[in-house]
Amino acid sequence: MTTYSLPPKPKKSRFKMIKKVTIFLLIIAMYVWTFLGINIDWGRAFERVVNNFHRVIPKLFSPDWSATNDVFWSILETIFIAFAGSLMAAILAIPLGFLAAQNMTGSKILTTAGKWILSAVRAFPDIILAILFVVAVGPNAFAGVLAIAIGSTGMLGKLYSEVIESIDMDVVEAMEANGANKIQILFYGVMPQIIPEFLSYAIYRFEIDIRASSILGIVGAGGIGTMIIFAANNRNWNEMGLILLAIIIVVTIIDFISARIRRKIV
Amino acid sequence: MTKQNNSLSLKKTPPIYPVKTKTQITIIFFVILGFYLFSMMYTQREMVGGFGNALGNMGVVIEKFFPPNLKVLPAVWGPMAQTIQMAIIATTAATILTIPLALLSAQNIATFKPLYVFTRTLLNILRTIPDLVLAVIFVGLFGIGLLPGILALFIFSLGILAKLISETIESVDMNPLEAMRASGANVYQVIFFGLVPQVLPQFTSFVLYVFEINIRASVVLGLVGAGGIGLVLDQQLGFYNYPNAMAIIIMIFVVVIVIEYISNKLREALI
Repeated sequence: MTTYSLPPKPKKSRFKMIKKVTIFLLIIAMYVWTFLGINIDWGRAFERVVNNFHRVIPKLFSPDWSATNDVFWSILETIFIAFAGSLMAAILAIPLGFLAAQNMTGSKILTTAGKWILSAVRAFPDIILAILFVVAVGPNAFAGVLAIAIGSTGMLGKLYSEVIESIDMDVVEAMEANGANKIQILFYGVMPQIIPEFLSYAIYRFEIDIRASSILGIVGAGGIGTMIIFAANNRNWNEMGLILLAIIIVVTIIDFISARIRRKIV
Repeated sequence: MTKQNNSLSLKKTPPIYPVKTKTQITIIFFVILGFYLFSMMYTQREMVGGFGNALGNMGVVIEKFFPPNLKVLPAVWGPMAQTIQMAIIATTAATILTIPLALLSAQNIATFKPLYVFTRTLLNILRTIPDLVLAVIFVGLFGIGLLPGILALFIFSLGILAKLISETIESVDMNPLEAMRASGANVYQVIFFGLVPQVLPQFTSFVLYVFEINIRASVVLGLVGAGGIGLVLDQQLGFYNYPNAMAIIIMIFVVVIVIEYISNKLREALI
């Protein structure tokens, strides 16, 4: 009678084991550090919640309709900020995207420089940029536009460069072989391949920017965020309820439309 | 376009794009351009001095913010560490709670349709609320401190994570699971040897991605009183102490870049 046995287990290399143990220990250390560092006064927090709950939560669900007019104009301003900002970014990101694409520049140094610029821009949160621009141009909606424009350029440039790197270079080569000049290659070889995805990403970024621009007002850069911070400071939770409702509705509608358009483009 | 003076081409070459598409695109282009110009005008209506003045002001700003006062850095390291800790706790909590939520909003697992639709809708609504707005509400509930910040990050990241992971679960190859069931594996065996290996790499990668988002969000939560470095930044801006503010901003920048770099390397190693 033959005996059946399980196939031999793959050999574990010692290096991998050490790596795994190190990572595990690091994670444990991270959590120890975290839980030692954070101390929350649970008693006080609990007390506050008990005191505040009925003052906040029910009011959020009974919006103050008398502020509808103000909220409408604020949210419209938010949409304008997001639109102007993301369109600016969509254009600003094109040269940066080409710069960071390996197959377009052909030089490692330029590509690395482009990638570094883009990730440096991405590391700034939108709100921090808004703070800087509020100091520069004053507390108005245009500071928001600039913050959104710069903030979105980082992400769009990265996505663009990935699109450019993934194009079919055979077409470009064939055109080169047929004697097309650089501009012709750009217009007839590269652009038709990248435009749908560029548009799709730009619209996607617009979606994100609607969310981002709705909070810029917290630092004075216009839009509905201004109303949010006033409502919070005045403990006017009814108005906050209306603002929340407006944000939810606008974001949902724009997400829906943009998803539709993007599906059509790509 | 190049002129066709080839004797072989008798007919006019057909246009690359049909006329209808061309008019459509032109109209869309002008609508977008018009809306853009209007937006630019509308958002600049309150600006003193217009665009040119603003550009001139940039120089003044750089003078105000520079040189950053790097002497404050040791003093603000505490709040910065707290900010990172906030993000860690929120991400961990969201990771744990996202598993049941993601299972409930995955179409191939939650076969009970109303439940699936309910969780999906809830998550969609949750995702539309910006993190800072959540923080504002939680600060109203709990008062100023770290707890509202952690809760805001937690709720916000839960929405993103549950959506991403439910999509991963939906794209799982169900055949191995079925095969295992057919050869007599019990439910736990199916989950651990069939489902988990397919989902785990994506899952970890998404968790790291959400951790990055949380780090970036947590540094600004303090602006509305939800603890961390943002609180210090807000104070310094309130005092118009721009060199200190710039030092804090640079610190935030460095921390975000370092954490993103580590998390990127980890993600590359995983997938």
